[in-house]
Amino acid sequence: MREISSAKITEEVARLCMESNFELGEDVWRALEEGLKKEESPVGREILSQILENADIAKSERMPICQDTGLAVVFVELGQDVHITGGDLEAAIDGGVKKGYTEGYLRKSSLGDPLERVNTGDNTPAVIHIRIVPGDRLRLCVVPKGGGAENMSRIAMLKPADGVEGVKQFVVDSVRTASANPCPPIVVGVGIGGTFELCAFNAKKALLREIGSTHPDPFYAGLEKELLVKVNDTGIGPQGLGGRITALAVHIEVAACHIASLPVAVNLNCHAARHKEVIL
Amino acid sequence: MMAEYKLTVPLDTDVVSKLKAGDRVTLTGDVYTARDAAHKRLVDLLGEGKELPMPLQGQVIYYVGPSPTPPGKAIGSAGPTTSYRMDPYTPALIEKGLKGMIGKGERSEPVVDAMKEHGAVYFAATGGAAALISKRITKAEIIAYEDLGSEAIRKLTVEDFPVIVAQDSQGGNIYKEGQKKYAR
Repeated sequence: MREISSAKITEEVARLCMESNFELGEDVWRALEEGLKKEESPVGREILSQILENADIAKSERMPICQDTGLAVVFVELGQDVHITGGDLEAAIDGGVKKGYTEGYLRKSSLGDPLERVNTGDNTPAVIHIRIVPGDRLRLCVVPKGGGAENMSRIAMLKPADGVEGVKQFVVDSVRTASANPCPPIVVGVGIGGTFELCAFNAKKALLREIGSTHPDPFYAGLEKELLVKVNDTGIGPQGLGGRITALAVHIEVAACHIASLPVAVNLNCHAARHKEVIL
Repeated sequence: MMAEYKLTVPLDTDVVSKLKAGDRVTLTGDVYTARDAAHKRLVDLLGEGKELPMPLQGQVIYYVGPSPTPPGKAIGSAGPTTSYRMDPYTPALIEKGLKGMIGKGERSEPVVDAMKEHGAVYFAATGGAAALISKRITKAEIIAYEDLGSEAIRKLTVEDFPVIVAQDSQGGNIYKEGQKKYAR
């Protein structure tokens, strides 16, 4: 049994909260630079240049890329041969979020109750997804998720008869309805199959895949490519002001589903597609 | 053709009526921040016939909840939030003299109608360019609702703050016009 202390987890989560908010991932950076080369709209190019300049400033001055530093979504893969010492895992993660958001001057956007709407003051509780996996390692991935793009996310329980065409239509309609609101160029996370909640979870998980990587299944790799073209053909463009670069990527995650169901979920990410991980 | 303007706040109706969707504008002067929670309080005050904590005549509201100010800086990161959430409150503020709004994303029909009737303009700033934008803010001071944290109303002093006219006082709309042009 390998031991990992809860203090170490708190320390690492705090660091990941800060780094993910200050440093845009290299894959996103590359995709934005490629987008700038391809964008036909002058205002679209202006916006993409500003976004890249902003990422430079954020990194060098250790300032948040976006003032909306999100709710802290934390994906955890816990090896079944790991023993956590000195406190419980979820409290250790929340402790890291509190520390990271306070010491990093990150915005606290978490309300303790959705209807009372009083700020908790330290951006806790985190949204924690834990999976037990084989092995003796602990993987922590911090995903600061802003409200603007999250608000534009949707789920549909399609009829099996709707098929792949129904899925395509729902994805493109979701992006079109979202228009400028989720801060395009966006990353489109799509969950297909599963139950209601697994489908939504997979749409979020899809956002974590490296931009530029392809789906391991050739059918879904092709579908991702086709959807990216369709999404860009909406003409929404950077910030919705019109242009050819509406999305940097479309990522799909699939799951087995019921004979009666064809769930599809679309989780959007703004161009500040932030996530950082560590394996302990 | 898009035009470029250097404007100082407060704005008057003549200046506002010249601005067309797609124009590039830099703003200098004082603007006020307000998001959802502050808007609700402002409109509640108007409903009760009470005085607001800031002037509205000729003023500009920036939809932003900045990140906390680190030592040595005037403000933290400070990009725009999505504007449609303020739409239920905006017409009442425009009626009372509000001339400009800065945010991101398209406004609804009732807001556009109020903008046309009273002469107001909606500017877009670049969402997610929040560190870059913070460089154009030289001073930030909380003037009301400190309990709301990042959603408190702040008076921001801005210098050459870059925005694009997104929706103008004649119904011009860069979102609709721009997207149509690049759709295939």
